[in-house]
Amino acid sequence: MAVPEPRKLDAYAVAWRLPMIIWQGLFFVGPLLFMIAMSFFLVKNYRMEPAFQFSNWVKVLTKGFFWDSYFLTLWLAVLATVCTTLIAFPMSYFLAFKVSETVRRWAIFFLIIPFFTSYLVRIFAWQVILAQQGVINGAFSLFGLGPYTMLNTQLGTLVGYLTLCLPLALILQTFSLANIDKRLVEAAHNLGCGRLRTIFTVVLPLAKTGMVVAAVFCFILSFGDFVAPYYLGGSKPPTLSIMIVDTSKSGQQWPRAAVVALMMIVTLLTVAFSSIGYAYRSRK
Amino acid sequence: MKKLVKPTRRDVLKFGVASSALAMPFVSRAWAETTEINMLAWYGHGEPDMVGEFEAANNVKFKPKYYAGGDNMLALIAQSPPGTYDLILSDAEFVQQLNTAGLIEEMNPADYPFDDMIYDDFKQFPGHWKDGKLYSVMVRCGHLGVSYNTKAISDEEAMSYKCFWKPEIKGKVGHFDWHLPSLGQMSLTNGNGAKLWDLDAGQWDAVKKTTMSLRPQVGGFFDYGGTFNGLKNGEMMAMVGIGDWITGVLEKDGAPVKSVVPKEGGIQWTESYSIGKGTPKADIVKKFIQYMLSPEGQVHSAQMAAYPGFAITKGGRKLLNEKNPKEAQRTGQVDGAPNDPVTLIKDGRIHYRDIPKQQTLEDWNEFWQEYKNA
Repeated sequence: MAVPEPRKLDAYAVAWRLPMIIWQGLFFVGPLLFMIAMSFFLVKNYRMEPAFQFSNWVKVLTKGFFWDSYFLTLWLAVLATVCTTLIAFPMSYFLAFKVSETVRRWAIFFLIIPFFTSYLVRIFAWQVILAQQGVINGAFSLFGLGPYTMLNTQLGTLVGYLTLCLPLALILQTFSLANIDKRLVEAAHNLGCGRLRTIFTVVLPLAKTGMVVAAVFCFILSFGDFVAPYYLGGSKPPTLSIMIVDTSKSGQQWPRAAVVALMMIVTLLTVAFSSIGYAYRSRK
Repeated sequence: MKKLVKPTRRDVLKFGVASSALAMPFVSRAWAETTEINMLAWYGHGEPDMVGEFEAANNVKFKPKYYAGGDNMLALIAQSPPGTYDLILSDAEFVQQLNTAGLIEEMNPADYPFDDMIYDDFKQFPGHWKDGKLYSVMVRCGHLGVSYNTKAISDEEAMSYKCFWKPEIKGKVGHFDWHLPSLGQMSLTNGNGAKLWDLDAGQWDAVKKTTMSLRPQVGGFFDYGGTFNGLKNGEMMAMVGIGDWITGVLEKDGAPVKSVVPKEGGIQWTESYSIGKGTPKADIVKKFIQYMLSPEGQVHSAQMAAYPGFAITKGGRKLLNEKNPKEAQRTGQVDGAPNDPVTLIKDGRIHYRDIPKQQTLEDWNEFWQEYKNA
């Protein structure tokens, strides 16, 4: 039986990996460890003092309003993910299968354009559109309808999340669908598979990874977003990101804000890992 | 072979004069280097309409860091190294905490025009003096009451905080997102009057109950910009926790909004300047505070673009009446006017904003978060 040779340290490979390791260490692992430590600190006279107390965890996790906010944030992020996926899919399917390569390239270019403008600016534009005296209610009034309250509601928040996520989800879905071997779709049709059945039994399973990655991005961005729930949702009720701002703004309670942030990170990691695990399961 | 040229004495002198002439602009630029003043303040205080004149006259440049709310200010200053801020504009009720934490310098009373102040209380404002020593000087103030859209709420209705519960404006009542003014107004609604900050357990529970009963009416919790926009675009018909400092700007632009002090009483916000502990720029900072208390500075302050306030010196009020009688009239800053801010204080209708006496700020803040999530 051959004895495997001990692996040598490949200096070339290490040299290329080192910048990423240093970067992640400095800007992700380091701050994360500090945040974990900070969640046990105490605040006295608006100043943080190093300590190892569980009081911040107890204080935050035993408050009913934290859990209300947690489940609201979760619900809104799930809703935004589902809506984005459902709205994006027909469009990305169209771009992937029904248009020429040139049209697809132009479409991708136009989908990237929104990222040239600040997200905050786009949200302020939505305020003008959704307001009582805004563009949409103005259009409704021509038919004797409205005005409807859209700003400072959960609908407003959802519109903000879609503004953030839809172009990205569309791009990811389009790339994923465009890479499917078209001959497999044709084969399904030749074997008598209807359009809808082809989508569910051929297209979606083949594009599963891309679809799930798009959905995960959407969930992550929505779950942590502060701008949409604050400026379009009227902070009513506040999501976890607003709670972090409130907690750190008042009374310098950074340790409690760290507890909220860590709860968010745990949730995001759980969702991201389980989703990616699901996406790659059948490909092993 | 090239001959080596030896410079003559005349050459050396010529070179010296020419070098000096060329270097002059750099030397004079170095002499005239602009002094930067790091300011911690509410939004607007470091803007050109407030500091532009002083900057030009004194070759200084203000670098403002803005905050919203006194506890936000304390949090910002606590997380900065000592000496970060040369000049601190604080809500008066937080001066005491700045002083206790050793964040501000002692000031010389003789440097400031206390004799010209419009009301005796302003000279000895609570928390500004400790053991006979001065630590902060009041520069402006304003009143908080019922702020409303005149198309949705009549002037008579606005004379009570009860108008916030009007069924017709359900979902159209906004909050300025800071617990202190909003809960203070709820305390006044409960009839706590002058004792609005000094609540025992029963009174605090009652204030919480009253506040919670308002929740179904609430359409949102806003920062300065959101409060401004909410009233401007008609999204909000009434706003809790603000006053003319926001509606005044909109009213001048022709929006149908205004603020009044209701019968239950109003709250005075008070802004004061302090000199940051350990600043090497104390002299120029003192000069700026003196400028802000001069009649010209007070007129700038009363008409501040971001949010107007009351002039607190007699000289400031006099000059405001000369320069902008319309604004003086609108805000009641005319001696003998029925809505003269000083008259309102003397009549006992105005209470200075303070921090909770029997609860901690944390208690109030925690309830505020619970209320927002309700």
